[in-house]
Amino acid sequence: MEDIRLQPAMVVDDVVKRFGRGDEIVTAVDHVSFNVAQGEFVSVIGPSGCGKSTLFNIIGGLLGDYEGSVMIGDERISAPHPAVGMVFQEESTFPWRNVIDNVAFPLELQGVAKSERMDRAHHFIDMVGLASFEKNFPSQLSGGMRQRVSIARTLVSQPKILLMDEPFAALDEQTRLLLGDKITQIQQELNQTTLLITHNLTEAVQLSDRIVVMTYRPGKVKRIVDINLKRPRTSDVVGSDAFGHYVAEIWNDLREEASRGMADSESAASRRGAHG
Amino acid sequence: MADTLVRKSSSSPSLLFRYGPEITGLASLVVAALLFELLVRVGVINRYVIPPPSDVILAFERVVTEEDILGRSGATAFEMIVAAVAAVLVGVPVGALLHRSPLWRRAMEDWVGALAAAPIVLAFPLFLVLFGRSPKTIIVMAFFHGLAPIILKTIEGLSGTRKVLINVGRSLNMTSSQMFWKILFPSALPVIFTGIRLSWTFVLITVVGVEYLINLGGLGQLINELAERYDLPGTYAAIFFVILVSVFFFILLERVELWLRPAR
Ligand SMILES: Nc1ncnc2c1ncn2[C@@H]1O[C@H](COP(=O)(O)OP(=O)(O)OP(=O)(O)O)[C@@H](O)[C@H]1O
Ligand SMILES: [Mg+2]
Repeated sequence: MEDIRLQPAMVVDDVVKRFGRGDEIVTAVDHVSFNVAQGEFVSVIGPSGCGKSTLFNIIGGLLGDYEGSVMIGDERISAPHPAVGMVFQEESTFPWRNVIDNVAFPLELQGVAKSERMDRAHHFIDMVGLASFEKNFPSQLSGGMRQRVSIARTLVSQPKILLMDEPFAALDEQTRLLLGDKITQIQQELNQTTLLITHNLTEAVQLSDRIVVMTYRPGKVKRIVDINLKRPRTSDVVGSDAFGHYVAEIWNDLREEASRGMADSESAASRRGAHG
Repeated sequence: MADTLVRKSSSSPSLLFRYGPEITGLASLVVAALLFELLVRVGVINRYVIPPPSDVILAFERVVTEEDILGRSGATAFEMIVAAVAAVLVGVPVGALLHRSPLWRRAMEDWVGALAAAPIVLAFPLFLVLFGRSPKTIIVMAFFHGLAPIILKTIEGLSGTRKVLINVGRSLNMTSSQMFWKILFPSALPVIFTGIRLSWTFVLITVVGVEYLINLGGLGQLINELAERYDLPGTYAAIFFVILVSVFFFILLERVELWLRPAR
């Protein structure tokens, strides 16, 4: 196919997901196909409401009832796959656990001895820049800090395949760039296969090998863009001409979809206005 | 430097600040007592309806020495503890089971709701027949009265667990028992404690109320006897001990809660 790398770690083939029934059917994901190679970093970008989280849940095995297939190895995904780690879009820390116990949670489930799991949790907490907050509870952290706790909690078990749904949405631009560097570094070290869902253009270009651009409702693949920026790559890349070129190119595709999305929600709002 | 300076200079107002609510509460109690004292002495309030607070304070000694108030407080506290703890031990598992089975849950929820609203105290003749005129009757009645809020709040708390937290558990391939103990239950705990607090209030009321009604055992019976003797200051002094026992109870509960969930 288009990609001549080693065998794909994940193949998304003609996936369709509809919600509701009768007249109320919403097609959230419409015949989406792409694959992700071993160790590759792929982003899925698209406007709000185009079905990104739905796709994320299908690939993560949380939404077993769908058409088409998502293959990891030679297994069709209909339940969570043990090699997959997920970072969710919504705030997902456990409010009853402090930072270090949140991050060590997956290791606790695996039965890793206490001192080792604290060491490993500590390493990832340090990486996301929360070393001095280990004993704090989520209610004592900001939204962005909590999101970093969830990222560390997923990274700690070093999943072979990493799925992230807008993990940086609650972060400011600077933290986002720096954390992006850390993620890239781990991803390269572990040769992790990564799928990032995002609506942030610079983030997608900064991190990805390829970007899947989605259309606004129904969510189809509009285009797949190869990002040929050198690796190892750091956030410095955002200053380069090539970077600007990619951003402009993808924005061109995205603008059309985004304005369709906006028009849609505006007309919905005015319809509501007319009724009320 | 600046930090220590600030701390030093503000040490006395910060004490007032820290204990502000307690001090204000006590002060308003004292003011209310003085007000009643005045109103009774002036004759606005009949002293056979509300005795002057000074008489109540004087009655304490008599009540403690002549009426075995410590023993009675102990008896009442014992009945409360047994009923309250039993309500938790039965209510939480029943709530968890009902949460798991949608059919049973829909079948039972209305009945449990009715149990919560029922004036169980008025059914005391039935319980007297079943368990005799003994502390057993009091404990069983209080237990039933305290059961419903715990069951209902346990169901509510478990079903209120955020979807994304359950998804975190699923993505980590947790077993259903891990899911319950490590996600659902801790997430529901604050709501369950609301249920326990409600339940314990019901238990306190039922224990003292039934003691009073069937004239048996602890503080409730004492209140009954003193009231029948028209010993109003003594009655109020005994009521004060009921409050004391309840305060002890809720402090205990608060300790347990703090120990179970340090995050606030
Ligand atoms: N459980 C559901 N039941 C019915 N409709 C749903 C459900 N989940 C999602 N949808 C619909 O599917 C569409 C896609 O939703 P989805 O959450 O996947 O969008 P998204 O691309 O992740 O948006 P955002 O960027 O805002 O997170 C939306 O129109 C939404 O209303
Ligand atoms: Mg989403």
